[in-house]
Amino acid sequence: MPDVLKAPLVVEFPFTRSLGPVQSAFLTGLRERVVLGVRTGDGRTLVPPVEYDPVTAQEIRDLVEVAPTGTVTTWAWNPAPRRDQPLATAFAWVLVRLDGADTALLHALDAPGPDAVRTGMRVRVRWAAERVGAITDIACFEPYHDAPAATAAAGAPRHDGVFDDPVTGITAAARLDYTYSPGRAQTGYLNALTEHRNVGERCPSCRKVYVPPRGACPTCGVATSEQVDVGPHGTVTTFCIVNIKAKNLDIDVPYVYAHIALDGADLALHGRIGGIPYDQVRMGLRVEPVWTPGARHPDHYRPTGEPDAHYDTYRELL
Amino acid sequence: MSKEPVAVTGVGQTRHVAARRDVSIAGLVREAARGALEDAGLTWADIDAVVIGKAPDFFEGVMMPELYLADALGAVGKPMLRVHTAGSVGGSTALVAAGLVAARVHGTVLTVAFEKQSESNAMWGLSLPVPFQQPLLAGAGGFFAPHVRAYMRRSGAPDGVGSLVAYKDRRNALKNPYAHLHEHDITLEKVRSSPMLWDPIRYSETCPSSDGACAMVLTDRAGAARAPRPPAWMLGGAMRSEPTMFAGKDFVSPQAGKDCAADVYRQAGITDPRRDIDAVEMYVPFSWYEPMWLENLGFAAEGEGWKLTESGATELDGDLPVNMSGGVLSTNPIGASGMIRFAEAALQVRGMAGEHQVEGARRALGHAYGGGSQFFAMWLVGSTPPDA
Repeated sequence: MPDVLKAPLVVEFPFTRSLGPVQSAFLTGLRERVVLGVRTGDGRTLVPPVEYDPVTAQEIRDLVEVAPTGTVTTWAWNPAPRRDQPLATAFAWVLVRLDGADTALLHALDAPGPDAVRTGMRVRVRWAAERVGAITDIACFEPYHDAPAATAAAGAPRHDGVFDDPVTGITAAARLDYTYSPGRAQTGYLNALTEHRNVGERCPSCRKVYVPPRGACPTCGVATSEQVDVGPHGTVTTFCIVNIKAKNLDIDVPYVYAHIALDGADLALHGRIGGIPYDQVRMGLRVEPVWTPGARHPDHYRPTGEPDAHYDTYRELL
Repeated sequence: MSKEPVAVTGVGQTRHVAARRDVSIAGLVREAARGALEDAGLTWADIDAVVIGKAPDFFEGVMMPELYLADALGAVGKPMLRVHTAGSVGGSTALVAAGLVAARVHGTVLTVAFEKQSESNAMWGLSLPVPFQQPLLAGAGGFFAPHVRAYMRRSGAPDGVGSLVAYKDRRNALKNPYAHLHEHDITLEKVRSSPMLWDPIRYSETCPSSDGACAMVLTDRAGAARAPRPPAWMLGGAMRSEPTMFAGKDFVSPQAGKDCAADVYRQAGITDPRRDIDAVEMYVPFSWYEPMWLENLGFAAEGEGWKLTESGATELDGDLPVNMSGGVLSTNPIGASGMIRFAEAALQVRGMAGEHQVEGARRALGHAYGGGSQFFAMWLVGSTPPDA
């Protein structure tokens, strides 16, 4: 089997988050070097805070202030930080129960090595120099040598959660790195395209020819392997005229986006129609691909000059 | 042993808008769920299980949001399930919840669906830059517009039918306080003269992008007997799927949609849907899908759906009102859109649809589809129980 194609696929988007009242107070508090939690119906203090009581499902709005010091409840050493992690050098992921809280917060601990970290050790917040109202306003935690703060015993004091210029939304940039492979069948199809050939695959059961092939017939559920040359001519089965410019596409509007059934194929593929005024494109128009050097796919399809295909010849392909 | 009859005793939804910047996703689903509980006269403790649905996670970028939403939906210590069938998910989520009641696994189930589209960009989420593939050349409407043209060719429908649908749905939305679009100055001329985006689809014939959630309380006979308001009874429900692309696929009238409707009608004893069903709330993201689905769902013969629309039968005061709520054309929080259809059908037979109530509606169909006409989900609800 020839080598299967592979390429990186990066999925990246700056998602926005509307925070709602509790997370808004929490993140604005971090900007002001105040750590807020919520008091639940059964008297526990949750940090980070939640909007709804995990036990009673009631709305929680009782905010309390906890200390910037706490105790590590468990940890894991991270020897090789990845991009966008809190510290660029090796650090410990820690769960920290802040003094006054009943639950633990996940963050990073700046420590020289795993031997310097243990469950039960005392730590404190290291605030970021520039704070904007985000969890990264806590740059990380650092070791701390002192007795637990008085707030732990007295219970965390209430806080009204009111700050000037509250943060109400954040941007959460997300990025996923994949290695994408189109698989055996599409690799064969794509390789043939470089020779300006369209190669589909025929289902051994229903005999339908799939272009592009996906290695299996979606109707019969069996593998396809018999390669079939289709096209290069085809028929426009249906189309639309695009009048709005799509983002990231350098095509002047209006243009025609069409479904094209290549001769010998049993379903249509999609392409742009050129070489003819947009308002003269019609169902049944006979077309052929136009290639540009270096491009993997045809740039567009243009009329062949053949008489139009009769509706009955492609109605089953609509 | 026969199935347990399933009743809808609570319906809740948010006031759908382009962006709900004042609430988190948790706050959004919570609003709809509380509305449904209040309608049903129940508290969180009365709920045995929660079934939640939404469209792809990329639409907000929260992976598996159901994990974080358990607190907001009172699901801690209870079974919680996520359903995922693209744009039809609101419908299939309700059907999964209904199945739990019908099978007597649970007595009372809360079902919720949502989308907060303002936190991302659905078009981006649907067109990831997959290597080696040609990018989609036409945007969202470009996927649907060629199928509309195929329908027009096949049926001989005149050009103006799509505008009639949009004009009707936008006027219906004016009677629905929960609808996203309230175009008080809408006229047929405005729809007809709106820009042609993806010929043959005009701007005013497309759906908006919304933030919103919908929730329902589904319960058994005992639960229905305790309900403070009239229930809607499920008389039939079904889901069907087919591949997005296959040789012989009929994009104009997909076989899976026909099969799904036939199954629902068989369960409900419907022999003539046009006569036996009083109101239809169907998933119409682009106006031309109304006549297409009228045929697919058996309300009109093949090629005749547009005549039903053109005759005025699908108007709010017609003899087969369609999309009384204003439909997807007026409100589209994608993951919730299917459930809003199902909920509207329930409100109609409960006599609780307010200004957009169809007088005397006894049987109503809720319909959802999604994923390139890949998934279908439908239910038929009535004002009386199935054995009555």
